[in-house]
Amino acid sequence: MIELTNVTKTYTQNNMPFHAVDSVSISVGSGDIYGIIGRSGAGKSTLLRMINLLEVPTSGSVLVDGHDLTKLSTKKLRLARQSIGMVFQHFNLVSNKTILDNVLVALELANYSKKDRNERAMETLRFVGLEEHATKYPGQLSGGQKQRVGIARALANKPKILLCDEPTSALDPNTTREILGVLQKINKQLGVTIVIVSHEMDVIKSICSMVTIMDEGKVYETIALKPQGIVDSDHTPEWFLHQLREDGSHA
Amino acid sequence: MPEVLVQYQAEIWQSIGETFMMVGVSLLFAVGLGLPVGTLLFLTRKGQLMENQVVFQVLNLFVNIVRSFPFLLFVVFLIPFTRWVVGTAIGTAAATVPLAIMAIAYYSRLVEQSLVDVPKGVIEAAVSMGASIPEIIFKFLLVEARSGLVLGLTTSTISFISYSTIVGVVGGGGIGDFAIRYGYQQFETELMVYMIIIMIIFVQAIQYTGTTISKAIDRR
Repeated sequence: MIELTNVTKTYTQNNMPFHAVDSVSISVGSGDIYGIIGRSGAGKSTLLRMINLLEVPTSGSVLVDGHDLTKLSTKKLRLARQSIGMVFQHFNLVSNKTILDNVLVALELANYSKKDRNERAMETLRFVGLEEHATKYPGQLSGGQKQRVGIARALANKPKILLCDEPTSALDPNTTREILGVLQKINKQLGVTIVIVSHEMDVIKSICSMVTIMDEGKVYETIALKPQGIVDSDHTPEWFLHQLREDGSHA
Repeated sequence: MPEVLVQYQAEIWQSIGETFMMVGVSLLFAVGLGLPVGTLLFLTRKGQLMENQVVFQVLNLFVNIVRSFPFLLFVVFLIPFTRWVVGTAIGTAAATVPLAIMAIAYYSRLVEQSLVDVPKGVIEAAVSMGASIPEIIFKFLLVEARSGLVLGLTTSTISFISYSTIVGVVGGGGIGDFAIRYGYQQFETELMVYMIIIMIIFVQAIQYTGTTISKAIDRR
């Protein structure tokens, strides 16, 4: 589904070349939930952004669904991007558009048939459980709800691939689990291939079947995993108390 | 109504009309050309979607040069150009030439500043959805920056009123010019004060309208 071969991204910093990503090759199979983990500055986000060419690699090839994106014309690249959804850490919604309009804009860009747009947008909002908020603005929603709008927007045009850049890093643990649940549902029910970048171990362990660990722009190791499932520990006051008592001193 | 106002009624109405015309034309140029120039200034900046040092530097220089002039000097300096464009360098129509150019330079800078405030992530999201540059401008940038754009236009309008006073030197007319010629130069201090009051009312009304609209369309 996705083949990155020897991709490198080099910046010049103080007249010195700096390799944000250094000849990395990864292969994501159709239907995978593929994790990329590493500390900050390891090059995870840059690598993810190469899959839809938000970052153009200095060298290497980016094969998505059999097409080398680095060789496409601007117009063809825009078309290719319309079938690769992307979800961001800070949601990146248009605050001056309603929730419905935020989803609709993705369909407009993709030239989705005019008469079916509304229905499709509502359908995706229903899928993420936000249909009753359609007329609200992002500013009126919680972080988790905003991220679900981001997911709905990314899903609207029925992409085969969903790229997630730290999708839960701005969220609390309960909301994180909620979002992971939505991502898993997208993978299982819609068969969407997901690539997820995170620095949170639990996120990766719970849903990923393949993981690449990155360090200093290079692949440290890629391993197959058995997803452990989303741990259902509700962060109630009792839970916090229990954790504190258990880990801290029993004074 | 005070006697002086009745006495000069016709002139006052005429000068208000002239002010409206000059400010109106300035606004037309601000929106029609200042908005595109400001958008281009933003998009051609380093690290932006249409990064282009040449275009950016040329536009930036134009804006800086026009805004460097004391406006009075700009009006005088532009006389040959004005004569070439409208056929005369005197009168309200002639006065709109320097006003229009200043309007473009002035508003485009404010547009650029409003666009800089749009979160980079929003643009990135648009690109990731396969938006073209015109789509990014109209469906994302201008939507997200709209309240700032309205506030900028409000500030501009008020500056244009002030600038329109200065074009009295080339016979531009308008209330400011009227206040100077009839009120100040002919020692009708009372008349001058009334004209200033009228201008204060205008400015208050414009600022109030601008702020209200800007708030109403801001959902951030």
